[in-house]
Amino acid sequence: MVEISPRLHNFAGLEPKAEVKNLNFYYGGSVHALKNIDLVIPERKVTALIGPSGCGKTTLLRCFNRMHDLYPGNRYEGEILLDGVNILAKKIDPIEVRMRVSMVFQRPNPFPKSIYENVIYGLRVQGTSKRSILDDKVEQALRGAALWEEAKDRLADSAYNLSGGQQQRLCIARALATDPELVLFDEPTSALDPIATASIEDLMNELKQQVTILIVTHSMQQAARLSDYTAFMFLGELMEFNDTNLLFNKPIHQQTQDYVSGRFG
Amino acid sequence: MAHVEISTDSFQQTQASVSRRQLISGLFNVVGLLVILVATLVLLALVIQLVAQGAPRLNWKFFSSFASSDYNEAGILAPLVGSALVMLVTAAIAVPLGVAAGIYLEEYAPKNWLSALIEINVTNLAGVPSIVYGLLALGFFNQTLKLGESIVTAGLTLALLILPIVIVTTREALRAIPSLLREAAYALGASKWQVIWDHILPYSSGSILTGVIIGLSRAIGETAPLITIGALTFIAFLPPSPVKAEFPFISFEWLQAPFTVMPIQMFNWVSRPEPEFQINAAAAGAVLIFMTLAMNGLAIYLRYRFRKGVKW
Repeated sequence: MVEISPRLHNFAGLEPKAEVKNLNFYYGGSVHALKNIDLVIPERKVTALIGPSGCGKTTLLRCFNRMHDLYPGNRYEGEILLDGVNILAKKIDPIEVRMRVSMVFQRPNPFPKSIYENVIYGLRVQGTSKRSILDDKVEQALRGAALWEEAKDRLADSAYNLSGGQQQRLCIARALATDPELVLFDEPTSALDPIATASIEDLMNELKQQVTILIVTHSMQQAARLSDYTAFMFLGELMEFNDTNLLFNKPIHQQTQDYVSGRFG
Repeated sequence: MAHVEISTDSFQQTQASVSRRQLISGLFNVVGLLVILVATLVLLALVIQLVAQGAPRLNWKFFSSFASSDYNEAGILAPLVGSALVMLVTAAIAVPLGVAAGIYLEEYAPKNWLSALIEINVTNLAGVPSIVYGLLALGFFNQTLKLGESIVTAGLTLALLILPIVIVTTREALRAIPSLLREAAYALGASKWQVIWDHILPYSSGSILTGVIIGLSRAIGETAPLITIGALTFIAFLPPSPVKAEFPFISFEWLQAPFTVMPIQMFNWVSRPEPEFQINAAAAGAVLIFMTLAMNGLAIYLRYRFRKGVKW
């Protein structure tokens, strides 16, 4: 054992977009899935959540847009501050949160509608209906997701006619169209081939100029390639948080070392 | 060294096993084909026989005449209009109520013992004999609400009868929409109603319509509950027109009119001693089948229309 201290976090000098403070989460009122999580999500950086299956990384990710509120019995304790406002507070409607924090899922999940309708859905629900605004947004979002050149001539086509990688980029465009401040990626490339994965990763590198990104990934290489900061989770606890380089090259915690060196996971 | 000897012997064993399984597969194919052939042929024979027997009566006069004791003069104008109007009322009540109830139970209702109880009850209601609904309607709609032996009573009764079918199929249709799509919509900041209206309903409308048509097809053939509430068997006038020459141009008087429907007319003719009336009954049966087919056709068309915006 190198260290006895259970949690080692290096939050020094970070400019937080979001801050998790002593977060506990319970599924169905009984399963204690997240335990006393403290985390800082630095502004306009990519932060990766890594850890073995079942460690709670997706659970933690889905707290940021209150996805857990969709299912009865789930309970949060603690705070997640987004620009200093606790988004877990009772008086905050999850819809407000989801308008500012958007999400890209593990498998591409476009709506069975046209490409155009997919991109603007987030604006539609907010009541934007002016055609010129929507047209501009579609182009902007599709450009942002590096899909414009491929899709501009077939905006009225079904999103289901796109390839898997294109569908995932469409989902990214859809997530960007509402101008979110924080974008959550839940293993966004796990259903894609290496070429599509590379294009999504390039895209995320571009995106961090404008938005804050939090990504859950199973692939340590992806975390190492992509992220500025990495948090290692284990059995519902956040074990270690550090600059990605430091976390991978000089892990302080024994479990982190075992995981990043591929000894388990 | 067993794995070295994987040779002709085990290969033949594999072959034998595969051909045995393929044989069973092929056998089921044949049995299935036979069963479906028997089923469709019997049905087809019935329909052809009905049409062939009724053919001499299937002319304009048959459609435009009222009931008569003379088989040559007798027609189906009143039951045709009656069936159409009753179906209209049934659909207008059962579809919105049933779909709304299905949406509520599936999407909004908390999952507790009460909703479980309601679910069991709704499923059971689908199996209650139609005559029981007739008795309920006689006591409640006809007597208590004083709606009389009218089209609205009939429509309400049949709506009640098919409501469970519509509710159950609606719920199943909604349940079939993958949660990944729901979550995608919620994640973009949609409210529950927006998720339902923009996504879940359009994606499931085809299956919901199928349920509605199954329900309406059952309703159009129902006789027992309508006889119970007092449908007439001999009627020589039409309900008042829904459109009027003077303001407000629309009238709902027809809702209170007495009526008869196709299956009752058929039953009435079948029970006549004169054999000629059997021809009338067959002709009416052919028309009834055609009405059901037309409803199915409408459903297919509507399904196509609804799916236009949905691009799977």
